[in-house]
Amino acid sequence: MQFSILINGERRSVEADPDTPLLWVLRDDLHLSGTKYGCGIAQCGACTVHLDGVPARACVTPISAVGSTPVVTIEGIGTHEWGRKVKAAWLELDVMQCGYCQAGQVMSATALLAKNPRPTDADIDQAMHGNICRCCTYTRIRAAIKHAAGLPTADTREERS
Amino acid sequence: MNDREDHEGVSGIAGLSRREFLTVALTAGGGLLLTLNVPSAAGAGAPSRPAGTLNPYIRIDPDGTITLVAKNPEIGQGMKTTLPMLIADELDADWNDVRVVQAQLDPIYGPQFAGGSLGTPLNWIPMQRVGAAGRQMLLTAAAHTWNVPLDECAAEHGTVRHRPSGRTLGYGALASRAATLPAPDLNTVRLKTPAEYTIIGRFTGGVDSPRVLAGEPLFGIDMRLPDLSYAVYAKSPVFGARLVRANIEELKAQPGVRDAFVLRASQPDAAVRMGLVDGVAIIADRWWDAQKALRKLRAEWEPRAASNQSTHAFALEADRLAQKTPQTVLRRDGDVETALAQAHKTVSAAYTYPFLAHATLEPQNCTARLGHDGSLEIWAPTQNPAPGAKLVAETLRIDPGKIRVHMTRVGGGFGRRLNNDYMVEAAAIAQHARRPVKLLWNREQDIQHDSYRPGGFHHFTAGLDAEGRLTAFRDHFITFGQNGRVASSADLPRDHFPAGFVPALQYGQSLIELAVPTGPMRNPGGNALAFAFESFLDEVAHAGGRDPLALRLALYGPARVLPAPPPRYGLRIPPFDTGRVRGVLEEVARRSGWANRDRLPSGTGMGLAFYYSHFGYVAEVVQASVSADGVPHVHKVWAAVDIGSQIINPAGAYNQAQGAILDGLGQALHLLVTLDEGRVLQKNLDTYRLLRIEEAPPLEVHFVSSDNPPTGLGEPALPPVLPALCNALFAATGKRIRSLPIDPQHLRSAAA
Repeated sequence: MQFSILINGERRSVEADPDTPLLWVLRDDLHLSGTKYGCGIAQCGACTVHLDGVPARACVTPISAVGSTPVVTIEGIGTHEWGRKVKAAWLELDVMQCGYCQAGQVMSATALLAKNPRPTDADIDQAMHGNICRCCTYTRIRAAIKHAAGLPTADTREERS
Repeated sequence: MNDREDHEGVSGIAGLSRREFLTVALTAGGGLLLTLNVPSAAGAGAPSRPAGTLNPYIRIDPDGTITLVAKNPEIGQGMKTTLPMLIADELDADWNDVRVVQAQLDPIYGPQFAGGSLGTPLNWIPMQRVGAAGRQMLLTAAAHTWNVPLDECAAEHGTVRHRPSGRTLGYGALASRAATLPAPDLNTVRLKTPAEYTIIGRFTGGVDSPRVLAGEPLFGIDMRLPDLSYAVYAKSPVFGARLVRANIEELKAQPGVRDAFVLRASQPDAAVRMGLVDGVAIIADRWWDAQKALRKLRAEWEPRAASNQSTHAFALEADRLAQKTPQTVLRRDGDVETALAQAHKTVSAAYTYPFLAHATLEPQNCTARLGHDGSLEIWAPTQNPAPGAKLVAETLRIDPGKIRVHMTRVGGGFGRRLNNDYMVEAAAIAQHARRPVKLLWNREQDIQHDSYRPGGFHHFTAGLDAEGRLTAFRDHFITFGQNGRVASSADLPRDHFPAGFVPALQYGQSLIELAVPTGPMRNPGGNALAFAFESFLDEVAHAGGRDPLALRLALYGPARVLPAPPPRYGLRIPPFDTGRVRGVLEEVARRSGWANRDRLPSGTGMGLAFYYSHFGYVAEVVQASVSADGVPHVHKVWAAVDIGSQIINPAGAYNQAQGAILDGLGQALHLLVTLDEGRVLQKNLDTYRLLRIEEAPPLEVHFVSSDNPPTGLGEPALPPVLPALCNALFAATGKRIRSLPIDPQHLRSAAA
């Protein structure tokens, strides 16, 4: 079947079975391989993209469900004001180790800040719960989100617990 | 997209291949390519490589751009940034002028691997020498250009200055002349003193990070080639089973499928050796088509079950063996039975830990292309490319000289990718299909076909004197093996602490026959042994009425350097220094407020552990409590780490230590692989529960500097956190954790 989808502001046409996950259309048909495959069952968040600004797991989103909803991937998030800030914070704090999950982390963090520019630790926990980092860079992910938001980056959870 | 672009774009592996090297060296007035005699990357004390070996690590373009080659795979441990930092500092380069490219597998670079936390100790001196030799050639070129004495010239930030006259020349302008000069003797080049470092010790971001965040195709899974097909490879869920039949014709008829065929095991024990095993390959135009066709696979395997290969059966067998005399005595110091009989008090406990999977977030994958001349080109996210190439050559009977391995960026290693089973599979599929193929495992296959961290059982008995001092120590270690040989990463080193520090000690061992593949996982041995030994040591401290910190300080004794062990990995092994143990123990106690732990609220406890591994000394304290439903709540972790005199890149160092601590916490809290009749029950990340952000507590990592050469940090910070957590939970609840992962049921009754 032919699908016409709006990705990173660009209209793209793809031929795919309706049940093909958006992830594989992005990676293998459109060569937007910044979005990663980790589990295929929406457990790890490596495939996180934005559908109309809302984080979604591309591995369980059939191409037929995308319709006219604008899709933004890691390749396009830098043009988004929060996306730019989040990426800058990620580099400044040197968040990544292997980096495989980090596109998904950045997509979830950007969606969080766009909705909630001054997140608490609890807000961060909730928004980032679905993004596994196997290298466990969680300390810096938390700090980088706060840094992007202009908040102090020190981890003060212990004092409050 | 043509092949060349792919090569550049996909893996950043535009490395200085031999061909490019020759091209550049022959370009008059072009760039400088330093050709150096580097001692085999083994470092001081190791046998030197033959004189005249070329080592092209540095290229300087006329515009001053400096291209440095990173020789080792990048798996997230940061070596693609760290090693070039060492070269650049001695080169007196401006880091902003530096561009880093990944080497491909090539003997001119010596050993190329990511493992054993060896990147730093093996390369600390050799990479500095590479840079220092380059600086010397640039200084000499400037002195020749100005016709002035060499000692009037100084290098700084990519520029040479003639001190008396103030004249300057950039490296770009000097490079072509410098390239014509003889290479200095690397063993005599002068290295900087730490006070002269400009890049070493500076917070330096990962060189690939901007490209990762731009979504560039850097990882193995991102590989693209013209006419690339995608493959899946289905293996028996029961390890070592033979394929009897499969519905190949039906698979071939599935939409998008180009081909389907059977491959056979290279040898009967290929499963435990991580070689090519029986399976069904499905090749399609898209990976998703191959994956969908896989669901239609109907295969019959023989045997269908291995009844003695179950977690439950192993526990029963371990109980049986524990009643018997150990099959092997690994070490015997003094007379442990008499010492135990004479002890004022004895303590006994049994500890056990499960099999674990690595679960790298990038599932195993590999791309392979057969050339018309029978050559084979491989793009692999591997930690250990050379044994992979050898495995491919032997299995497929290809001339090793015809195999080229490109190292892509690697989405997590943790030891999984020291094995190269996915590489031989991709190569075999490409050879059979006679077309370029990218093999990608799905997550279920990745979890069910790992080289697992082996489980194990320890039956400890300790003897204490009236003052609570440890006088006797015995462990009956029940582990796994094949035909009487201990399985990979299932061994207990005979010098494992407290051996050598207790007058009477015995380590005995018995083996359970294992048909499941095992292998190294981040801090092999240590990730399991630290939990058992350091938790039991806490029991000993409490049984003797001693502070666990004081007990350890007394056991290790006064600061002294023990005799150095024989060289390993071609590396001089640093001697064990009890002063460094003391240093990190005292530091972590001070930082965590250990002495005041009795002032913590009721239900909150602190636990301590120390572990020496990969030449690193790490002490950690965990503060934790338990919720009403028995779930551990980790308030905070403190770590004190001594890996020598110099942190090369603080950005990477803190990240490695923090990540290792959290990795260990995740193991203690959740991770478990269950074997059932020869297969793994866990299938995906819903049941194999990796740590998530809300479970990551605040961390404090403190580096204790000591006058020793820098050593690695990928692994040493992991082991102590497991026993430190369990000891904290004991302090909080009075309940001992003697089995991992921690079972909230066990802690529930203790919770307030």
